[in-house]
Amino acid sequence: MSDSVLSAPAAQNGSPAVALLRHARYVVSENPVTGLAFALFLLIALCALIGPYLVPHDPLASDTAAALKPPSLAHWFGTDQLGRDIFSRVVVATRLDFAIALSSVALVFAMGGLSGVAAGYFGGWTDRIVGRISDTIMAFPLFVLAMGIVAALGNTVTNIVIATAIINYPLYVRVARAEANVLRDCGFVQAARLSGNGEFRIVLTHILPNVMPIMMVQISLTMGYAILNAAGLSFIGLGVRPPTPEWGIMVAEGAGNIISGEWWIALFPGATLMLAVFCFNLLGDGLRDLVDPRRRT
Amino acid sequence: MASRRIPRREFLKSVSAVAAGAAIGTPAVWSAQAQSRRETLLLITENGPNNLDIHGVGTNRPGYEASWNCYDRLIRNAKKTLPDGSTSYDRDKYEMELAEDMNIGDMSATFKLKKNAKFQDGTPVTANDVKWSFERAISVGGFPTVQMKAGTLIKKEQFVAVDDSTFRVDFIKKDRLTIPDLAVIVPGIYNAALLKKHATEKDPWALDYTKSNTAGSGAYRVTSWKPGVETVYERNDAWAGGKLPALKKIIWRTIPSSGNRRALMERGDADISFDLPAKDFSEMKKEGKLKLVSNPIGNGMYSLELNVAKPPFNNEKVRQAVAYAIPYQKIVAAAMFGIARPLFGGPSNDVTTADWPQPSGYSTDIAKAKALMKQSGAGPIDTTISFDLGDAVNSEPIAILIQESLAQIGIKTTINKVPGSNWRSEMTKKMMPMMINFFSGWLDYPEYFFFWCYSGQNAIFNTPSYVNKDMDAFIDGARAAAAAGDKAKYAKDVEGFISKAWHEVPRVPLFQPYLNVAMQKNISGYSYWFHRQVDYRSIVKG
Amino acid sequence: MLATLGKRLATAIPTLIGVVIVTFLLTRVLPGDPAVYFAGPAATPQSIAEVRKSLGLDRPLPEQFLRYVGDLAHGDLGNSLSTGQPVVKELRSRLPASAELTLSGLLLSLVIAVPLGVLAAVRQGSWIDHICRIVATAGVSLPVFFTGLLLVYIFYFVLGWAPSPVGRLDAFATAPPSITGFYLFDSLLARDFESFRAALSQLILPAVTLAVFSLAPIARMTRASMLAVLSSDFVRTARASGLATRTVIVTYAFRNAMLPVITTLGMVFSFLLGANVLVEKVFAWPGIGSYAVEALIASDFAPVQGFVLAMAILYVALNLAIDVLYGVIDPRVRVDG
Repeated sequence: MSDSVLSAPAAQNGSPAVALLRHARYVVSENPVTGLAFALFLLIALCALIGPYLVPHDPLASDTAAALKPPSLAHWFGTDQLGRDIFSRVVVATRLDFAIALSSVALVFAMGGLSGVAAGYFGGWTDRIVGRISDTIMAFPLFVLAMGIVAALGNTVTNIVIATAIINYPLYVRVARAEANVLRDCGFVQAARLSGNGEFRIVLTHILPNVMPIMMVQISLTMGYAILNAAGLSFIGLGVRPPTPEWGIMVAEGAGNIISGEWWIALFPGATLMLAVFCFNLLGDGLRDLVDPRRRT
Repeated sequence: MASRRIPRREFLKSVSAVAAGAAIGTPAVWSAQAQSRRETLLLITENGPNNLDIHGVGTNRPGYEASWNCYDRLIRNAKKTLPDGSTSYDRDKYEMELAEDMNIGDMSATFKLKKNAKFQDGTPVTANDVKWSFERAISVGGFPTVQMKAGTLIKKEQFVAVDDSTFRVDFIKKDRLTIPDLAVIVPGIYNAALLKKHATEKDPWALDYTKSNTAGSGAYRVTSWKPGVETVYERNDAWAGGKLPALKKIIWRTIPSSGNRRALMERGDADISFDLPAKDFSEMKKEGKLKLVSNPIGNGMYSLELNVAKPPFNNEKVRQAVAYAIPYQKIVAAAMFGIARPLFGGPSNDVTTADWPQPSGYSTDIAKAKALMKQSGAGPIDTTISFDLGDAVNSEPIAILIQESLAQIGIKTTINKVPGSNWRSEMTKKMMPMMINFFSGWLDYPEYFFFWCYSGQNAIFNTPSYVNKDMDAFIDGARAAAAAGDKAKYAKDVEGFISKAWHEVPRVPLFQPYLNVAMQKNISGYSYWFHRQVDYRSIVKG
Repeated sequence: MLATLGKRLATAIPTLIGVVIVTFLLTRVLPGDPAVYFAGPAATPQSIAEVRKSLGLDRPLPEQFLRYVGDLAHGDLGNSLSTGQPVVKELRSRLPASAELTLSGLLLSLVIAVPLGVLAAVRQGSWIDHICRIVATAGVSLPVFFTGLLLVYIFYFVLGWAPSPVGRLDAFATAPPSITGFYLFDSLLARDFESFRAALSQLILPAVTLAVFSLAPIARMTRASMLAVLSSDFVRTARASGLATRTVIVTYAFRNAMLPVITTLGMVFSFLLGANVLVEKVFAWPGIGSYAVEALIASDFAPVQGFVLAMAILYVALNLAIDVLYGVIDPRVRVDG
């Protein structure tokens, strides 16, 4: 752990951005898989950004005469039960899925990251309370907890985001707490303390920025998990509202059609979803190499 | 038994099956196993029973099936062959089950019980058991009590045990539905002596015991029940209610995934898959590997229901606009795969027959809908369209199609899936502005449907909260005319309430759905019943 | 040892209390009125009120909670409304099914993921490393229900290799006499090899589905901890003293690298129990996960509360066991609160 602290003083002398970029280029060239994941990530982000303006069909328009058609030139990914174009739906869904993943991660970072840092830095009662909350959540079967939350609050996108954030809370607390705990006694923090900085100022300006790198790994991994979680909720009927296109709900609805031979309904959204989660996960691994040089020997 | 007509070919088949069974049923171990498979039915459905007794609190529909097969009633409906060759119960004919004879007088009906009728513990069935069982049905509250009330079976004094084998029902008033109501699942005959032993002060009707034990005289008894997993029945060889069933054992498995149910059927690993989605039905029928039977659900209607108690749907013109904006053909084609009987596109909303259900005069006409919206004076509308998550297979595509179409006439909708647990409480609240719903009545009479869905008593099923004096007059008039046997007045009143319902459209009729069943080719004897469950007693394998 | 165990247990108590309170509150805010649900079709306001009273739902919330806690203290988890059975009985009969499935999945995953992780660490940066990473990550990237349905389609429907997905046993097979509740053990104990084969063949697909899903965390952890150990001083010393690479890896590095992996197993197990819920639904597996889902959808409080409590106890017990095990394997580590 202590090695990762090295980046802290580095960040304080001169041009941290350039150093990081150089390091990143080195990591990518060392590890082509991470490079691939990064390229995929850019593609997904681009899709989320401009995809809805490019699609060939209206993702919501039904055309019952063309229902359940296999992939063709007119419909690259085929059509679903109501004759909607699956390709357009998959592309348009990127924005929503990306948003679900991002906002749940942002939320859990705000809740778990901050309280974890506070727990690690201040210790004592803060630590005990945060620890208890996180233990309690951890003791729940996590997916069932998410189900319960969505069932209780109603199946809206907001609630799916909240539920995903809550079940990831313990992970964030754990990582942030451990990191802050180590940083607390580091030289540069002690120096800041000696020069008369208040505790909150130290947490915000010294601890938090240095916890960020290791948190980025967590963020990347949980983004994938958020999408999977939304898909699982869709499977038991607690996903986003129809007719909104979302990968998970498209897979869940199409899954019943695999046996009847309409494989394309589930396969294309499924493959896209898999690719996205896959990319987030690999990116997380790559980021770990980036921020934790010890793991790379 | 006498009135039951068995088609000659079916009869020969069942005789030869028995003969074949007898021939093979000799020593060798392997053939004993094969034999037991031949006499065992593997039935798969999405849900299993939550209670083996229909009198229980909150028994679900699969639970009705257990009650139907494990308990006997005094009488049951006879069967008939429909034009398409399938078999159905006959609404208008009865045969004897526990009674050997029924005598309907002016203000009472008297039943003689079969002498050889015994409960599964060997004690004889007496008139006191019948009386106790009927009292139980009207006392436990909830659904069974309401169902008994539908046939004006309300007071304990109505049930008289004349002697050990003679039972009489006294009528409070004349009601055409009294005798039909004796043949539904609720008035089953329970083993009173046995249940009294299990009764407690808190549970005087021993509902706790019958929840997981069967205590009847029926053709089957449940020998193992794992809720949500499996229910196993064995045949009661001493059954007095009819011809001894062919199947010795029924294994009923719950398979939640519809894809897996279909795979099991197509690979020949299960015998019957009951209540299939329309999509699976139509595709499997095309493939031709299995025997598929489909019957329209009697007295049943899918409709889009509009809450008339609140704006914007308190405005009749808005409701009519909605009725003209529904994409009916698309719904039947894409949501139901053509497996539905249209209840739209009739000649007029002024109906001229008492048939039920029958089509309304509405069909998709966006121009007319727009004109009606303009006339109504309503501004842009933003509302929700709700349906029961448990019925998402049918309701979700319907909702999406309706949503898309209503957008064209300035009605914006949000789709709201309500989890099954919540659906009924939402219905009781009567706050949902617009919902897709299905209602079907066991007793196949139009006035029964209207009594529940349109009358001023504002029952839970009157989801639009439609209350109208003229409507009530038609419904009451039809019930009185039916009891008095006045056919002309009856027809006039029925036409009156249907026309009124179509004109004012608190619910927009969509279609009459079908009950779909898939069977292996060696299964025969399936019959459609009003209760929409499987009657094992007539099923033959091999 | 006993004292530390006691101390460790004491810290678990607030967690369990938290779980009880949160579950109780969560089930009460679930939408849907169980009274209306169980009053059945054709209910009247009066019949709904009757049901509500009989369920004790007309009492104020604190009173309901006290009654619930009181029942808990007597080991009574209440009755499921939808199946009518005592929750304790149902959990007891369904827990072995879930445990057998989850443990099989975990074992299968360990057998594949640990060598994969070791290999990736030893050959760090090589194509083997990349492939290990891609395979493991791909497994965790697919929604678990989708993997399950896909496997059923391929191995049952198309190829016919796997038996029908109807739960723990074929409908016509008979369950072995229950001793442990694990069909695999029970059938072996009863020397009923036919049942053993039947139970095993039903188990394979769902266990593979779970294993695919849990490859990534185990492989990732193994790789990371193996890397850490390989770069540590004692391994360097061992290498320097001329020990064969094989000996170094197997006897020195591997043993030490397994410690953190064992710690993560607790988390992976809890992760799998969550995934289990969906797998059970796909394979009609009669476990507690599918039971809890059905109950949640039906707003059936008691089973949801019972399920969560059972899982929480299992989780706490498992972590305790891992801590103790850890202490036994590595005497340097002492368990203290």
